This record gives sequence, C-alpha cells and structure tokens, in this order.
Amino acid sequence: MNTIVEGAIRAFELLTSGDRDVFQVTVLTLVVSGIATVISLLLGIPLGLWLALEDFAGKQVLISLVNFGMGLPPVVMGLVVSLLLWRSGPLGSLNLMYTPTAMILTQAAIAFPIVVGFSFAAIVSLNPNLRLRLLSMGATPWQVNWLLIKEARLGLVAAVIAGFGRVISEVGASMMVGGNIKGQTRVLTTAIVMEVGKGNYDIAMAIAFILLMITYSVVVSLTILQQDKKLL
Amino acid sequence: MVAKIISTFLVSWLMVICTGCASNLVQQKPTTARSSTNKILIVAMTTSIEDSGLLNDLIAAIENKTGYQLKSISVGTGQALALAEKGEVDAVFVNSPLAEKKVLQDGTVMNRRLVMHNDFVIVGPAADKAQIRGKKDAVEAFSLIAKNQALFFSRGDDSGTNKLERDLWKQANIIPIGAWYQQTGAGMGHTLQVANDKKGYTLVDRATYLFQKKNLSLQILVEGDKKLLNLYHVMEVNPQKFPQVNKTAARAFSDFLLSGEGQRLIAAHGKNKFGQPLFFVDGGKTEKDYGF
Repeated sequence: MNTIVEGAIRAFELLTSGDRDVFQVTVLTLVVSGIATVISLLLGIPLGLWLALEDFAGKQVLISLVNFGMGLPPVVMGLVVSLLLWRSGPLGSLNLMYTPTAMILTQAAIAFPIVVGFSFAAIVSLNPNLRLRLLSMGATPWQVNWLLIKEARLGLVAAVIAGFGRVISEVGASMMVGGNIKGQTRVLTTAIVMEVGKGNYDIAMAIAFILLMITYSVVVSLTILQQDKKLL
Repeated sequence: MVAKIISTFLVSWLMVICTGCASNLVQQKPTTARSSTNKILIVAMTTSIEDSGLLNDLIAAIENKTGYQLKSISVGTGQALALAEKGEVDAVFVNSPLAEKKVLQDGTVMNRRLVMHNDFVIVGPAADKAQIRGKKDAVEAFSLIAKNQALFFSRGDDSGTNKLERDLWKQANIIPIGAWYQQTGAGMGHTLQVANDKKGYTLVDRATYLFQKKNLSLQILVEGDKKLLNLYHVMEVNPQKFPQVNKTAARAFSDFLLSGEGQRLIAAHGKNKFGQPLFFVDGGKTEKDYGF
C-alpha cells in the first residue's frame, strides 16, 4: 500500500521536476504508439469498410482471421518481427532491429486486426438501406464511403481507443524488438519492467501512474470526440 | 458546452505534447544522422550489468569515447551467447567462463578479455532452515539445502548465474528435483524478489544483492568460496564468421572497458551509494590469475 502512495508522490515529483529521462521515455511512448495507431487506422478502416460492404468468396474466412488476429498475443508478433529484422533474417540489411521504427511496425501490426474488426462491426451494424438510399440520391461511391464512415464514427472511435490502448500497454513485443535501450527504445511499459527488475518499486509505480494518466487523457479526449456530434 | 471546453483543453494539451515530440525528434536528429550502419554498436550484456546500475554509469562515456551509438541488449548469458552465435550482436559482455570458452573455441567470438569480477553469495532467510550460515564450501551448502528440502529458487534461464548454480548441484552429486526446487525463468533482480517473498534460498551476484538490499530481508549466508568467483569477460563476435558485424565498433567497446577511464568508472560504481564497490576491475589479468 505504501508503495502505491509513494509511487503517486514520486510520479508527481517526476512530472513537475521535468526529469529528462522520464520525459524522453514518455514522449517516445506517445510517438511510437501514436504513429503505430495512425498506420493501423489508415490501413485498417478501409479494409473494415470493404469487408462490411463487399460480398465475395472467402469473406467468412477473412473475417474469422481478423477476429483471430484481434486476440493474437503481442509477444508472438514481436517474435515474428524479430525473426524478420534480425541481421540473419530476410530484412536484416535494413538495420531496423532495436529501433523505434521496428517498434512502430510491430505495434501497427498488433493494432491492425483490432482496428479492422472494430471498423467492420461499426459499418456492418449501420442500417443496410442507408447505403442504397445515399446511392439513389446520386452520391458517388467515395461520398457514400465517407458518409458511412461519418455515420459509424461511434464505433470507429472505439476502434481507435481499442487499438491505441492495446499498443501503448503492450510490453513483450516492445521489449523484444526494441530492446529497452535507454534514450533510444525505452518506453513506459518496458521501463516499468526494468525498474521492477531493479527492485525500484516506487519508480516503477511512478512510471505506471504516468502511463495511466496519459492513456486516460487520450481516451477521455477520444470519448469526448466520440460523443460530441458537432466536433465531427 | 462543458464537454467542448474540456475537449478543447485536452486537444490543446495533446498538441503541446506533440510539439514537444516534434522538437525532441529534431533535437535527436544528430543521433539519427549518425546512426548509419557502421555507427551502431550492438552489445548483449548479462542482466546484472543493468540490474546493478553499472550500465547507466557507462553508457555516456562509451558513446563519447568510441563515437558509436550503443544498443545494449540486457539478457541472460545463455541468450547473449545465442545472439552471438547468430551474429546478431557485435560484442558480448557476460559472466559464464565455461560457456564462453565453448563459443571461443568454435570461432563464434574472439579476443576474450577479463574486465572485472565480483563474487556470488548464497542468500537465504534469517531462520536458515538448512543451517548453511557460515559454511565455507558452497557445494556443502547446496547439499544441506537439498537434504533439508529447503526452498531454493533457481533462475532457470541459462544465464551465467544459472550455469554456475547447475554446476554446483552437479559437484554436489544432486539432481535438484522436487517441490523445494523452483525455477523463476527470470532475471536476477526478479528471482531475488521471489526468493525474498517466499523465504527461500538463492544464488546471487553480490552487485545485484547490494543494489536491491533495501527491499530484501534475505541475508548473505555463504560467501568467500573460490568457486563463487564471478568473472566478467568481454568478447568480440568474429567478423570472419559473420561479415555483418561491426568489428571496429566491437573492438572500440572492449578497448574502452579495459581503458583507464573504463576501469575507473567500473571501480567507482556503487562506492558512494553502498560504501563498497560492486565490481573489482581486472584489466590486464586473465582467469589464470584466479587459478582457473
């Protein structure tokens, strides 16, 4: 119990004193998970839309694969990316192992099926007549897609929240492909694991508080965005 | 209305953070520009080097003196050597002489040099169920632990510490199996905490023990046996076997560890905080000086 209180106090101290290391780790966490989420959205929402609107052979298989991917253990993704990026791997010559880029790629791959799954569910649950009505009113297919995305924003913002929440809280894969290198690939989650390993529970708890505060701020912003019709 | 105000506030807050990110990225640009292929140095190190805080004291000096950007991967010695065997790292800084000799002989690594040492200790709860306190022989202490079925925590991760521990069981002619023998499969710091929580015995390097002492009720029960000496060697991965390794970086790294400044930093580490050094430097010596 004491550690929790000490952790909260320590977190406050670290934030107000402008500790450079903590600041850097926090910023890197936001940059890596933020970019990864954006990539997964850019790829995932169109795929979700397509899955929801088109009928084709093998659609059920693809949907089941997406649903399977939503539960894929991140550490498995970390292992796969490691095997690809290691010097001995097929992409070894790119020298991406133990870089933030490697972490972004891994996290984007982890968030991608989640975004696809949520987008698919959001679009598919719209009234099916809506699309036909928009088309009959003379909207172009692109306009229809855009209007459907706007109409499904509640579910789509949920996709953003779920994807971002998954990757910012992820630790195994980040440790594996990033290596938790100070000043380069250390993010909040891997820093927590390391501080626990060192027995610095108060610092670990402080970093955990920072992680929670950031995640909560982002989620609150997104929730407000989700609920406020005028903003979208 | 309220929602809008809050959202405006939060969005602007996020923008501040993002601006911070951007400026930070710009600041870091020199590092990124430097990080062309041959400016990166990847070293696999045994966990105790990070867990004891030594790595923190060394990073800046290593990067300044060698001019390379250090990527230090903190793993058990077993995994560190496995990474070397795949040519994934440029150098290794580890503590398991027997395993090291094997990769040295098969040409995976070269230029094995002794950097520093400290020692292992057997720690356990004050109650000391197995009555090992003060024993001078680590093997005898292990025999007593097994005989009394006293709870023992092994790292079980093929690290240098784990290798020594298995060797001690072997010397005691014991195959450790049973509810009393548990494997954490984790690093030294974590294993020490588990042993502390469950009031068991474990083998630990003195540096990690001292670094974590504030959280521990475990006591040092056995120390000083020559078998418990913990030697740390640096080795460079053989560029003839793995052309992709950065051999000049690896050499610069190991040269730094053995340089006057490197040895001074290592010797000074922990002196202020613990009143005693966590590592003793061995520049120029070999394990033969310790009778191996």
